[in-house]
Amino acid sequence: MPEPLLPTEFAELEPFAADWCLATETERFAKRISSSMDEMQAFYDACFPRAEDAIAYCDKLPLDDMPDDALHLLQLVYSLVMVSFPVEAWRQPHIPDSGAAYLDLVIEPVP
Amino acid sequence: MKVEKPPEGSWTAHYPELGTEPMSYEDSISPEFHDLEREAIFKRSWLNVGRVEQLPRKGSYFTKELAVANTSVVVVRDTDGEIRAFHNICRHRGNKLVWTDFPREETSGNCRQFVCKYHGWKYELDGSCSFVQQEQEFFDLDKADYGLVPVHCDVWAGFVFVNLDRATPQPLREFLGPMVTAIEDYPFGELTERFYYRAEVGANWKLFMDAFQEFYHAPVLHAKQSPIAARPEVQAAGFEGLHYQLDGPHRLVTTYGGRGWELPPEMLKPMEVVTRSGLFGPWDAPDLDGLPDGVNPANKQPWGLDSFQVWPNFVILIWERGWYLTYHYWPTAFNSHLFEGNLYFVPPKTARERVAQEMAAVTFKEYALQDGNTLEATQTMLESRVITEFPLNDQEILCRHLHKVAADWVDDYRRDHAGV
Repeated sequence: MPEPLLPTEFAELEPFAADWCLATETERFAKRISSSMDEMQAFYDACFPRAEDAIAYCDKLPLDDMPDDALHLLQLVYSLVMVSFPVEAWRQPHIPDSGAAYLDLVIEPVP
Repeated sequence: MKVEKPPEGSWTAHYPELGTEPMSYEDSISPEFHDLEREAIFKRSWLNVGRVEQLPRKGSYFTKELAVANTSVVVVRDTDGEIRAFHNICRHRGNKLVWTDFPREETSGNCRQFVCKYHGWKYELDGSCSFVQQEQEFFDLDKADYGLVPVHCDVWAGFVFVNLDRATPQPLREFLGPMVTAIEDYPFGELTERFYYRAEVGANWKLFMDAFQEFYHAPVLHAKQSPIAARPEVQAAGFEGLHYQLDGPHRLVTTYGGRGWELPPEMLKPMEVVTRSGLFGPWDAPDLDGLPDGVNPANKQPWGLDSFQVWPNFVILIWERGWYLTYHYWPTAFNSHLFEGNLYFVPPKTARERVAQEMAAVTFKEYALQDGNTLEATQTMLESRVITEFPLNDQEILCRHLHKVAADWVDDYRRDHAGV
């Protein structure tokens, strides 16, 4: 059994942590584009009901000095933001009519 | 929403020099016109290349690739704290002076002096040449004659501008004019949380500027983005800007914005409700008191945003929810350009504020990718020249103005160089 990535209060999200706790937008966007809608729907269905709890949990901690498990939880919320567009709006991983267009995020806040 | 237009009956008629005729887009598909734009516009106009926050200390520098002008510049804060710019070329045998690993990529950092990788010539931060390897081997060489080639450089409201004109250009503030300088007291320097996006886009630079300077397209192209945008009454109403203004080569559109916090949840994406954020930014705005009069200059309500289109290729977009973004469009050919988008927020104090910013940034990208790909579709068909005249409506006044200003600058250049 590997070390859990998330705080114990969020143990039921652990099955998604290895795939979706990603530090950069580039990784999160790539994961979204390479995932099926079924995979993203399963992640969304599990995480969305706990999103408010997760934000509230991280909110109590200093943003510039978060313990690793809280940081992973925050990254999971970022990934939830990322998949919310395919799940809630597009019904497909890609942005409609975006074709080969890309937009790289080369500088982003940490965390 | 009924918007009051100028007494002439339309925004466009208020500026009669624009005319109302159908427009040609030959200026966006002609390699010859693009070559003229490089000389007439990009080698003569002030160009924004960054912000002072990118040069936090003495010795901080960054490079900017200006393919449109066939050069690279290095911008540096010298030992007196002054910001200077130089062509990024060693005086010895022309090597690019400042770069890391990949000569064509931009770089940044901090240094005490610039040292050429090729033969070790050194330059102080004020550009003077301070060391020549084996100086005694040269012939009558005086280091004082071999300083870096300076580029006109000035700072306005924390934005660093360069001008590649060899002659003395119009002063920066005068160039920016009263409409733009009226926002200089906006707290740009406090909004340092940055998301920097870039992409190569297969369309003329002016076509992408057009896409972000009219919102006539918004209810159609972005219809599926949110439940409210898809509603039939929203679709039927279309879009009307609250205020349009021109000042010299610069342009402004003011419009209303989404007020997610006033909407019932069924009209929003569930993630917008959880994060209290969306396209128009975090719903819980930071307290930026005392915005300058130049923001929302016509004092229209409900105010959502101002988009200042600063000639030639720079946009400052100020949102009502206390954040701003910039766009830059750097031509790489007549039918392609490098697009840069920078989103700036007040640094978040809490995870909740940070998540709201993430939602705004991710939403921005969803929209921008739709816009960017549409442009390639426009470029390829304009190049067919099957149609050569296109009707522009009153909500597209800023597109009309951009193309007129480009033509005017090219005409001026041609006149100045006639018979040369």
